[in-house]
Amino acid sequence: MSKGKYLSYLTGGIIKENPVLCLLLGTCPTLAVTTSLMNGVGMGVAATVVLICSNMVISLLRHVIPNKVRIPAFITIIAGFVTIVQMFVKAFAPSVNNSLGIFLPLIVVNCIILARAEMFACKNPVLPSILDGLGMGIGFTATLAAMGLIREIFGTGMITLSETVRIPLTSGLGIEPMLIFILPPGGFFVFGLLIALSNKLARRKGKKPIEELGCENCPSKSVCELLEQDKQKIDKEQEGLADE
Amino acid sequence: MNSVTAVMAVLLAGIFTSNMVLSRFLGICSFLGVSKKVGTAVSMGVAVTLVMVLATAVTWPIYTFLLVPNGLEYLQTIVFILVIAALVQLMEIVIKRFLKPIYVAFGIYLSLITTNCAVLGITLMNTELANIGLPPYLHALINALAAGLGFLLAMFIFSGIRVRIESSDIPRGLQGLPITLIAAALVSLSFLGFSGI
Repeated sequence: MSKGKYLSYLTGGIIKENPVLCLLLGTCPTLAVTTSLMNGVGMGVAATVVLICSNMVISLLRHVIPNKVRIPAFITIIAGFVTIVQMFVKAFAPSVNNSLGIFLPLIVVNCIILARAEMFACKNPVLPSILDGLGMGIGFTATLAAMGLIREIFGTGMITLSETVRIPLTSGLGIEPMLIFILPPGGFFVFGLLIALSNKLARRKGKKPIEELGCENCPSKSVCELLEQDKQKIDKEQEGLADE
Repeated sequence: MNSVTAVMAVLLAGIFTSNMVLSRFLGICSFLGVSKKVGTAVSMGVAVTLVMVLATAVTWPIYTFLLVPNGLEYLQTIVFILVIAALVQLMEIVIKRFLKPIYVAFGIYLSLITTNCAVLGITLMNTELANIGLPPYLHALINALAAGLGFLLAMFIFSGIRVRIESSDIPRGLQGLPITLIAAALVSLSFLGFSGI
């Protein structure tokens, strides 16, 4: 494999297949923790670490894990890494732990990680999987940072880098910050506008914009398909019974 | 506080002021993905409520009587997700065997629920409840029920709004998901009003 191909694994996740804006994965943390730039970055980095580690281990075990129980197996691996990251954050960055709160353990059910395990890591060798995890993680972090920045600037009128370093932007201009941007409605609103922007860029490039949250990128797609078949079978059986 | 007011307070907080979807941002995937029709949205909401209460009924005793006495609190994420996954599988098998019509209506949502962050979220939150004079186990169960009902309410309201959006004239740039999210912002804004109560 050429060097260019490895590079494409890395860059794919950042723009072309941005996990949040193009694949619509991980919407819960995207909306919930982006009340400030640093929160967004903290979440992004934590998820990236889990993503790289889980992609690596799942890729290494891809011939060992039986196909039928692969999703529970993936979830267990991911939960293990999330616990490790959670303990690290608690020990070394307690302020990040406080501001992310419940969303730190909830990285387990972040669809980005399960989706990459299901769609990439369980089909590809180790190095591409690690690069894919890194690329997706960077894309996730960048989107979260952008959303956090927008919401923080509009909502508080300043950028808080740490508890002591704050960059005021609107003080002295007589502009009142719009608190609504850091409240829940602001999250939905900013995310909606960001998706609109990314759709516009996609249209300009002649690509199909995302119209809704579909099944194609969902990590549970294969499970759903199986169930759908099951359901049709039952429907048919019942029709058969009714005929008799 | 007497226990009836306490129960009411927990219910109101879970359904309105700290609504699972609209103010805590849990379960957004299913909120946006399965809310196109009122019928499916309500089915999903009922299934989530059921799993939330059952999951809390199982995880709370495990946490309190197994993990805490042994100093294993840090294992809660792994234990909870596995318990939820097993529980959902079990429910699926039982419903498929004994309640076929319900399986046909809900089966597909059950598999989606394992990775629904609202369920794991509520079980994790229920381990850190403040003491308000209710027996802790009952408090956790009521809290789970309230969160589930809040999810159901949000799904129901929002699916109704989406049906209306389908038939209106939206500017091209906002068509599809962007307008859905902006509508969600407005619904969330109206729920924000409850926090004044």
